[in-house]
Parts: sequence; C-alpha cells; structure tokens
Amino acid sequence: MRLTSNYKPSMYQYNEQDQTLVEERAAQYRRQTEDFLKGELSEDQFRALRLRNGLYIQTHAPMLRIAVPYGLLSSRQLRKLAHIAREYDKGYCHFTTRQNVQFNWPELERVPDILDELASVQMHSIQTSGNCMRNTTSDHLAGVAADEIEDPRPYCEIIRQWTTLHPEFDYLPRKFKIAVSGARHDRAATQLHDIGVHLVKNEAGETGFRILVGGGLGRTPIIGQVIRPFLEKKHLLSYLEAILRIYNLFGRRDNKYKARIKILVKETGLEKFTEMVEAEWRQIKNGMELSDERIAAIKAHFAPPAYDQDAAHDQSLSAHLAADPAFATWYKYNTAEHRVPGYRAAFISLKAPDSPPGDMTDMQLDAVADLADRYTFGEIRSTHRQNLILADAKQADLFPLWQALCTLKLATPNIGTVTDIICCPGLDFCSLANAGSIGVAKEINEALDDMDYVHDIGDVKINMSGCMNGCAHQSVGHIGILGVDKKGAEWYQITLGGSSENEAAIGERLGPAVARDEVTQAITTILEVYVNQRQQEESFLDMVKRVGITPFKERVYADH
Amino acid sequence: MQIIKDKAIIDDTFTPLADDAPLASGDISVSLARWKNDRETLLAHADKVGVRLQAGDSVSDLADDLKRIDLIELNFAEFADGRLFSQAWLLRGRYHYQGEIRAAGHYLTDQTFYLSRVGVNAFQPAKPDHLNTILANLSDFSVKYQPSIQ
Ligand code: HEM
Ligand code: SF4
Repeated sequence: MRLTSNYKPSMYQYNEQDQTLVEERAAQYRRQTEDFLKGELSEDQFRALRLRNGLYIQTHAPMLRIAVPYGLLSSRQLRKLAHIAREYDKGYCHFTTRQNVQFNWPELERVPDILDELASVQMHSIQTSGNCMRNTTSDHLAGVAADEIEDPRPYCEIIRQWTTLHPEFDYLPRKFKIAVSGARHDRAATQLHDIGVHLVKNEAGETGFRILVGGGLGRTPIIGQVIRPFLEKKHLLSYLEAILRIYNLFGRRDNKYKARIKILVKETGLEKFTEMVEAEWRQIKNGMELSDERIAAIKAHFAPPAYDQDAAHDQSLSAHLAADPAFATWYKYNTAEHRVPGYRAAFISLKAPDSPPGDMTDMQLDAVADLADRYTFGEIRSTHRQNLILADAKQADLFPLWQALCTLKLATPNIGTVTDIICCPGLDFCSLANAGSIGVAKEINEALDDMDYVHDIGDVKINMSGCMNGCAHQSVGHIGILGVDKKGAEWYQITLGGSSENEAAIGERLGPAVARDEVTQAITTILEVYVNQRQQEESFLDMVKRVGITPFKERVYADH
Repeated sequence: MQIIKDKAIIDDTFTPLADDAPLASGDISVSLARWKNDRETLLAHADKVGVRLQAGDSVSDLADDLKRIDLIELNFAEFADGRLFSQAWLLRGRYHYQGEIRAAGHYLTDQTFYLSRVGVNAFQPAKPDHLNTILANLSDFSVKYQPSIQ
C-alpha cells in the first residue's frame, strides 16, 4: 500500500494569499450573520449576502452549497465534507449538476463555523449562489482524457481566481456561469453556459480559446453561440471582462426571468452584441495580458502525477475480467479510457437504485477518501451527472477497488445508462418544486431492475427537475422530465431528444403532461418503442433524430 | 452632514439641488438631467459642482465635461443594482476622472470594499453610525485577485 502522506494530488494548492482570502471571507460572513441576528441587516440585505456564501433558505432548513472548483477534491477535503455531514447535518450530502456539494440541514447560526472548517482545507462556498459569477465547471476527465487538446484545469483556476470576489461584477442582473472544456468531446456542457470556453487549435496550430456566449438552461433554455472563434490565451481575462462589463451595464434588471445574458444576446442580436463586446475589449486588452510565466506557474500545479510506467504490464486485470462477469460489467460501464497506458478513470456511481441520486453518507465519503489514497493519487472528482470519479486508477487496482465499492453500494454498473438519472431535490427539499422527483427516480429504477435490459438500452440520459427552474437540466436530457403543477397535483412534462454534448439540443415536448401515477409507465413505454424500432447499433438519441417524436407519442398516449 | 472621503471622516460641503430649485451659492450637486439642461450656467458656477447619477444613466454623457466636475455621486436606488459598479470603473478606467466619486443612497456598508476597488473614494452613510462601520468594512480583505482602480 502507498503511504498516504507522501504524494499530493495534482490540483491547485493554495498559497498564503488564497488562504488569507478564504479566512477573511469566513470572518466577514460570521460578522454578517451576527449583524443579521442582531437585527442590523434586514432579511433582504442579508439574503444577498448569505446567497453569495451559498446559503439558501428552503422548505425544511437552510441549504448550504459548497464550491468544488471544476470538480476537484482531495481526499483530505472529502474527509472534511464527511465531518461536516456528521457534525452539522444529518450524516449525508448531495453532489449537484454543477460539480458542487450541498448540505440540506445546516443551522443558520452554525454556518460560519462550517465556513471556518472549509477554510482549513482550502475550501469555501463563495459565490455558489446569488446573482454573481459562479463556480467554474469543467470536464470531469480533464487531464486524463484521450481526446484532450489541452488540460483545461489551469485556465479554470485562472478564471476561478479572477471571478472570486470580483469587485465590479458581484451584483449582476442574474447568476453567471462559465464552463471550460479542453477536449474534442464536450463533457462540460459549454454550449449551455453563460460563457463557454473551449480550447481549440487554429490553422497555424496554436492553441487558444473558442468563446461561446448566451447559453443557459432554466425557464428559457438556449444554446450558446460563438462570439469569438479564436482567442489568444493571453487575452482570456480581458475578453471575459469585456463580456461581463457589457452584461452588467446592459443586461435586463426589470424582470428576473429575462435577466440572464442569453436574453440580452437574443434581444440585442449576436452581431450587435459581438460588436459591443469587441469594442469594449479593444479598449482594455493591452495591459491585461496573462503572462507566459503566470500560465506556467498555474500549470505546474496540475503536472501529471507520478504514473507507474509499468502499469500496463499487469496481467491480473484480464484474468479478473474473464473470471468475474459482474466485475467485467462494472469495468465496461463504470470505467473510462485514460491517456496513460495501464490506467483507467473509475466512476463511483451515486445512483444506487434505493438512494437519492447524488447523495452520499459521511461513511461513504470517508471510505472513498481512503480508496482515493490507497488506489490513486488522493484525488476525487465530481461529475456534472452527479457521480464521482477516481481519475487515475491503475488497471491492477481496479478489481480490489471494485470489491471495495461494492460493499459501499457505490458500484452500480449504470454510468451513462438510463438509471444514471440526474435529479433535483424536488418536493422533498425544495420550496419551489411543483412535483416530486426523487420518488419518481426511485420508481423508474424499480421498473428497470433488470440490469441486462438497462445495458441493452445503452446510452440514454434521463434528467428530471421538479419545476421550471430546471436544476437537473431536464431540457437537455435525452429524456427530460419536468414537474408541473396542475390544480395542486403533481404532473410531469416529458421531452425527448435533448443533449448537452457536442450535438447540443433542447428536447422536444412529447405531448400533454402525464399524471404522477403514469410517469414511470410513460418512460418504460418510450424505452420499449426504442428497443423495438431501433436499427442495429442506433442509439436512443440517433433514433429520436431519425424518426422524430411521433412513434413515441403514439404509444405513450395510446390509451388516452 | 459627515461623510467618508479617502478613508477619513469629513464634513460634506455639497448641497444637493432639486431639478426645480433655484441655483444657490456654495458647493452644489445636480441631477444629470439638470446638468444637461443648465450646463452653461453650471460651468460658470463659482464654487464646486457635482453631478448625481442613477444606475441607468450613462457616464459617457459627461465625458467632455469631467474635468470641470468636482464630484460624481452614484446614487443607489437598490443595493443590488450593480450597474453603478461598472459606471465607477468607467469613470476612472476609461475617462480617467480625477475628482471625487461618492456612493450614496441604498448601498450596503458590506459593499464598500468592492466600491472602493472600482474607484469610489467617498461614501455618504445612510445613517451617522454607519461611518465607523464603513471605515471598518473598507478593510474587510487584505488580499485580492484582481487589480483595483483608484
Ligand atoms: C434544494 C434547493 C434548490 C433551490 C431552492 C434551487 C433553486 C434554483 C432556482 C430558482 C434556479 C433558477 C435560476 C434561473 O432560472 O436563473 C435554479 C437553477 C439551477 N439549479 Fe437549483 N435549486 C436547488 C437545488 C439544486 C440542486 C440540488 C442542483 C443540482 C442537482 C441544482 C442545480 C441547478 C442548476 C444547474 C441550475 C441552473 C440551470 C441554468 O443553467 O439555468 N439546484 N435553482
Ligand atoms: S428544479 Fe425546481 S424543484 Fe428542482 S431543485 Fe430546482 S428549483 Fe427546486
């Protein structure tokens, strides 16, 4: 076994300035909480301040959202989350679609203590809600993906620092989200963010950024558009600043449903909007360049870990695969290719049939931290489909890792399948919900308890939100389920054909909403239509593209 | 009334004039609308002149006159309206305005650190006991990730 203290994960390590900043922020928030409790801040004023520290007040208790910058966690940080779950919550936490972590039961009075705990392990909850620049998200396979043009994480970190406590852009018209992808296959949903940053190569072979703007989900889902096909790396921050300044000055503030940048881009027109941004940018770009030294210094934090050069010589993996079909199934679905021979990225499924999607107990968190130390370089990642990944697992370690995950109920072999459902908290925890979602996810799981059938169906992404706000990205689910309220009853609007990847698309409505007791049946019917009518290797999404929604619609509404 | 300017508590010398009030002697401040209407008269005013901006006003309207304006007051109708943060930045960063930029109205004392970093150097408190709070809040952080503009 490796010694846990001898290596550090290849992730950004705070320097003194970073550490001071999170400590001073925690102290500031402690003071703000005291001011509020003394009555010196109104509800409304405190609301803005607490949201900027991740604290919502919802159905049962406050909810605290903690930032996991572009999905990277060290084993030490995971243990801290376990500790917080135990000491301040009911023994579990929830991983979100933006790679963050939520606690559902913290006490308002104790949140300052939680922030101190977080600061002690280089974590915080800064700008995880409120109308400001949010946590930057990225590809969960960053740095290990075979199809990567360049590792996006250094740029994510540069953006993280720039967005953190930005003095000019903390009171935007609406929330603002940036995602960065460095691979050919977009696993970061960059087309559905306020700004999408995509590492690309130009004709001269230089690497730079393609910048997209105006994407977003929620009530009016819109796919982002290219505002600049190629931006030199050194200009990253000046370009972001130009976009943010135009948005801050001209974004609508009269109607919160029209306040996202996607509406500004739509109402202004892409061409005009681009002109405004470029004109602003030309005036600020000189003097704001990122130096090569700075980029190199940040990159150094993400230097590849000390991979075992002999990892691929292992013979045990193929033996175990041949001998143990359950392991082979897990290997097939829950591991992904790694650019270093002899390594795989191993998913930890947070989609066990009987637990709410994305939830983890303190015991599981601690155990996964131990596994990360034992079998990888002590690093854990969260994915935007609410699972975790150990990105650097040696092939020889996969079998014992799988065995350990099985005992933790974290080895359901369903990554990328129809039971790998993205689901928001819905009526169970959210005051805005029209309908339950966790219960429906559970029912769908029960109806699809035959793993062979699930594997035969293959890549189908179900995303389910309890209301229009679309926290679970239902509009880009291959199958989207949206809770709607009909005279106080829970109904569900189904969409087909959405996607958040390269071929990003907003799903099309299947027909009228279906009742609570019909929704699972509707989903299984849709899957049956697919299985019966697909051509050879055709995926669900491809079939929807080929035949449209009619064959599905006819069957689902046949009995009505 | 006392205000904070350059991290010190001082007496405010400016009298705000309503749009229909007669011109008074001494230091005065007027709305952007009045500035536009009475520009010539105001330029000839013997004492200091300030202009009060709302979030929706455009600082570029003042671009040509900034050298003659001693004070620009950013008047917050709502603390959450962040446009004034960009207006302050534009005044300093784009138009190189050298005079006083003062926050007034319904901003939060908790926003003064950010405001001071986008060029605001004076604060009119909502109530007198905010003076010391603001002075304290101005040093909430000893570190930062972005350049500030003075
Ligand atoms: C339980 C309490 C929660 C509340 C009160 C809440 C509230 C909201 C609201 C009001 C919006 C809409 C904002 C808009 O349209 O601009 C929203 C969006 C969103 N929420 Fe939540 N949410 C909650 C939980 C979650 C969870 C658990 C997740 C992750 C699984 C999540 C992820 C998101 C995402 C990704 C969006 C943005 C969609 C977009 O790009 O517009 N939320 N949330
Ligand atoms: S989608 Fe609606 S119901 Fe679900 S968490 Fe978001 S706000 Fe709540």
